[in-house]
Amino acid sequence: MDIDNANQNAVERMMSARPILKGVVTARDVIPGMKDNLLLHAGPPIEWARMSGPLRGALIGAMLFEGLAANETEAVARAERGEVEFDACHHHGAVGPMAGVISASMKVYVIENVEHGNKSFSNLNEGYGKVLRYGAYSEDVLKKLRWMNDVLGSALADALAQSNGIDMRALIAEALHMGDEGHNRNKAGSLIYLKLISPLIAKVVKDDVVESEVLQFIGDNALSVLNPVMAACKAMTDAAHGVEGSTIVTTMARNGTDFGIRVSGLGEKQWFTAPAEIPVGLFFSGFTQNDANPDIGDSAITETAGIGGFAMATAPAIVTFVGGTPKDAMNATLEMYEITFAESKYFTMPSLDFRGTPTGIDLRKVVELGIAPRINTGIAHKNAGVGQVGAGLVRPPLSIFEQALLAYAEKYEL
Amino acid sequence: MTVIKHDIRRGAYYDSVVLMQLQCGLIGLPGIIDAGVVMATTANCELLAANNLLSDSIAASPDDLLIVVKAENDSSASEAIRQVDSLLARRRSSASQDFRPRSLSAAVKQLPDSSWALISVPGRYAAAVAREALELNQHIFLYSDNVSLEDEIALKKTAREKGLLVMGPDCGTAIINGVGLGFANRVRRGPIGLVGASGTGLQAVTSHIHNLGGGVSHAIGTGGRDLKSEVGAITAHQALDLLARDPETKVIVLISKPPSPDVATKLLSAAQATGKPVVVDFIGYPPPARKLGNLHFATSLSEAAELSIRELENWRLVTKELESPVSSLYLRGLFSGGTLAYETLLSLQASLSPIYSNSPISNSQVLQDPLHSEYHTIIDLGDEFFMVGRLHPMIDNDLRIRRLRQEAADPEVGMILLDVVLGEGSHPDPAGELAPVIKEVIGNSGLMIVAIVIGTEDDPQNLQSQVERLSEAGAVVFRSVTEAVNHVSVHLSRHAKNEFPPVTLDRFAQPLAAINVGLESFYESLTSQGAQAIHVEWRPPAGGNEKLALLLARMKK
Repeated sequence: MDIDNANQNAVERMMSARPILKGVVTARDVIPGMKDNLLLHAGPPIEWARMSGPLRGALIGAMLFEGLAANETEAVARAERGEVEFDACHHHGAVGPMAGVISASMKVYVIENVEHGNKSFSNLNEGYGKVLRYGAYSEDVLKKLRWMNDVLGSALADALAQSNGIDMRALIAEALHMGDEGHNRNKAGSLIYLKLISPLIAKVVKDDVVESEVLQFIGDNALSVLNPVMAACKAMTDAAHGVEGSTIVTTMARNGTDFGIRVSGLGEKQWFTAPAEIPVGLFFSGFTQNDANPDIGDSAITETAGIGGFAMATAPAIVTFVGGTPKDAMNATLEMYEITFAESKYFTMPSLDFRGTPTGIDLRKVVELGIAPRINTGIAHKNAGVGQVGAGLVRPPLSIFEQALLAYAEKYEL
Repeated sequence: MTVIKHDIRRGAYYDSVVLMQLQCGLIGLPGIIDAGVVMATTANCELLAANNLLSDSIAASPDDLLIVVKAENDSSASEAIRQVDSLLARRRSSASQDFRPRSLSAAVKQLPDSSWALISVPGRYAAAVAREALELNQHIFLYSDNVSLEDEIALKKTAREKGLLVMGPDCGTAIINGVGLGFANRVRRGPIGLVGASGTGLQAVTSHIHNLGGGVSHAIGTGGRDLKSEVGAITAHQALDLLARDPETKVIVLISKPPSPDVATKLLSAAQATGKPVVVDFIGYPPPARKLGNLHFATSLSEAAELSIRELENWRLVTKELESPVSSLYLRGLFSGGTLAYETLLSLQASLSPIYSNSPISNSQVLQDPLHSEYHTIIDLGDEFFMVGRLHPMIDNDLRIRRLRQEAADPEVGMILLDVVLGEGSHPDPAGELAPVIKEVIGNSGLMIVAIVIGTEDDPQNLQSQVERLSEAGAVVFRSVTEAVNHVSVHLSRHAKNEFPPVTLDRFAQPLAAINVGLESFYESLTSQGAQAIHVEWRPPAGGNEKLALLLARMKK
C-alpha cells in the first residue's frame, strides 16, 4: 500500500469536488436519517450529561421550536430521560456553526457536489446577538427562527429554484481574493452571495416589504454565507473520506466538550476525541477569557478543506487574531503548509503570489512535526444563551492525532 | 463615581478585529474600567447597553464608529478618548520574524535555490534527516557525529546514485564557492581545490594557502571515516572527480589521516586520473615517493599548502593518455637487485593494486608461488629461493630471460620492468643478452619494457652503449627507480571509469544557498557571509515519542 498515492487520491477528490448550492429544503425531507425526535448537533457525538452550556441551550431551544417540549424544564427532563435522540450533524452529511443544532422542521441549505454526487447540508445563519447557535432560546430567538424558516427560508428556496444553483467553489475562491479566509471573515463572501441571490429574490418575492426584509437580513449579516460555505467544505471533505490507506483528516469538529477528528482511511464513524481547548483571542466589551466556553462548532470543516485559519495570509484585515501584522498572517499559512499534503488548485492567495491554500491535513505530518492545525473561531460564552463573546484562535489537542495514527497502524497492521 | 464618555466617528469604517484591539488598548489605560469600540449597528448597541456602556444620549448610525469608555473619573475618560487616534495608529513595534519552517521540505519550498543541507542534529536523528535532504536533492554537510557506519555507507551510496555529496558524518569544515560551512576560515578565493577527511587539516591547509598568497576554489570535507575500506572513500572520489572537472580548480590538495591501503591505492589512481597536479598528504602514511606522475606527496600540512602553491606556479595540465594501451594490464617487475625491487614495491603499492612480491612489505602482498606471478608482481630474482644451484642474476641472465619470456606470454601482462645493474663484478654485457630478447618479446606481444640502468660512465660495461642497445631494442630506459616508477605509475594506475552520475558543477558555481538544520550558529555564520539560508526549527519527530516516530518511519517506506 502506498500512503502517498492514497493521500494524493483523497486530496484530489477533495479539490475536484464541485459544491453547488442547489436549494433550501426542510431538514426532515432531505437529510438522511432525519426524524422528528432527532436533533443534530455540532462536533463528535456526545451524551446530554457531558454537554456544555451553549450546546444544551441550543438543544432546549430546538425542542421548543419543534414542540418536543412545552418549556425549558420539560425539555431538560425529556433530554435526561433519553426521550429525544441526539446525533452528530457529521453523521448525516450536515454541518452547523457553534452548537450547530438542526431539527426536523428547520430549513437547510442543500449543497450537491456535482463531481462526485454526494450532498451536504447546513442550517440558515441567524446573524448576531442572541441566537440559538450560542445556546439562546428565549421567545425572541424562537420568533426569529420561525421567521427565518417561514419567510427567509421560503424566499431562498424559491429564489434558488429559479437558478442552476450557486457555485460555492467559485464563490469561496473569489472571496479569498477579497480579504476573507472563509471562517472568521466572510464579509466578502456574504456580499457576493447577496449579489447573486438578490435578483432571484426580487423575482420570486411578490411583497416589497418582505423582499426588503429578506435582503436586509442577508446583507446585514456578514456571516450569511458561512453556512453554505461550511456545507460546501463538508461536501469536499466527504468526497475525500473513505479512501483506503489515506491519512488525510476529513473532519475536525467540536461540540463544546470534545474536539473530534475523523480520517479518510479509517472508519466512517470512527472519531478520535479529547477535551476541547478554550480558544485564545480578543473579547467583546465586557467579556474576558474566563467567560469563554471550550471550543465549539462544525466550522473547523473550513480548515479541514484548506481555508479558514489555513488561509490567514489572504485575510490581512483580521491579522490581529494571529499576532497583529500581515507577516504573522503569512507565517500562519506557511506553518500550515508543513502539515498538509497539497496546495489547493482552486483557492489561491494573492499575498503568497497566488499559491494555493494548504490543503489536506496529513495525520503523519501533524504527529511527526508536533504542529496541530490552526483554527480561526468564534468564542461562545460558557453559559447558555449569552452568545458570542469574542473570536480567536484554537488548536485541536495533539493527542487525537496520535490516537488516530495508532488506530491507523492497527487497522493497516503496520 | 464612574464616568462614561463616548466619541462618535461618522462614516469611519474599521474591521471589527481592529476595533477589538483598540478596545483592549483603551481598557489598559489608567483609570479605565471598561470600554466598547464598535460600529454602531443595532446589535452592537444592544451589546453595549447590556454591559452598561450605552447612555440614551448617544445617537449613532450603523456607519459610525462608536467609542465608549467607562472610567473612574472624568479626566481619565477624556484622556482615553484622546488616545484613540494614537492607539489606532499603533503598530506592533516588535518586528515579526520571518517564518521558520519546521520541516526540510517546507524549507526547500521557501528557498527553492537551496543546494545544501547543513545537518547538526543529535546523531541518532541525523541519518533520517540526511535521507530526507537527499530526497529533496540537497548536497549534505553532515556535522553530526554518532551516525552508524551502516547509515554512513547507505547515505553515501544513495547520494552517489543521485550525483549528490554527503560530506560527513562528523564533517567539521568545508568551503563551497567562497562560503565556509561549519568551522572554516575566511580565505580568499583562488584556484586550489581541496578534499579533506580532516576538518582541522582543511582549516590548517586553507589558512596556510591564504597566508602564502594563494586562494581556494572549494574545500570539500568527507568526514573522518570516508577513507575506511568499508566506506571506500565514496565522497573523496566524488570530490576528486568534481574538482577534476571544475575549470576554476587548477591544483588539488588531498588530505587525510592514513587511509586503508586498498582505499589509498584507488584514491591515488583517481587522483592521477584527474590530470591536474594533486598534492597528497596522508598524515602519518609513508609517502611512496616525492612525486608519482601528477601526484606530489607532502609530509606535513604546511608542506601540502606550500606544494600546492608551487605546483600552481609551475602549472600545466598533465596530458596523461587516459586510454593508455597497457593500462588495463598488469606489471611484472623482474629484479636482480633486492633493494631496487623493494623500493619499487614501496612506491607502486600506493597506486597499483593488488600487487604481490616474493619480497613483500606487508603480509597481504605475499606471492604464493614465486614461480608464478599474479596481478601486479615484483620479483626479486636474487632471493635465495632462486639461488639454489644457480649464479646471482647480476651475473647470470639465464633465469631472467626465461622468466621474461614466461611473463610476456601471459596475455594479462602489459608491462615488464627490469633492472640492469652495471659495475665491477656484474655481467660484462647484460644488454648484449637482454636486448635481443626484449626486441623479440616486444615484437611478439606489443608490451612495454621498462629498464632501470644503474651505473656510471666509468663502469666497465660502457654505460652509454648499454643504454643505447636497450633503447634500440624498444625498452624505455631510466637511470633511477624514482623515474621508472613514475613512468609505470602514470601508465598503469587504473581508475575505474565513474559509472555514477557526476556531481554537477553548476550547483557549485551558483551563489551558495543552504538549509540549516540543527546548530543555529551555523545559520548565523551562513547569513553573515552573505549566503542565502533558511534555518529549520527542527524538533525530534513526534516530540521524541519513539513508538510514534518508529511508526512514522515505517509509514514513509
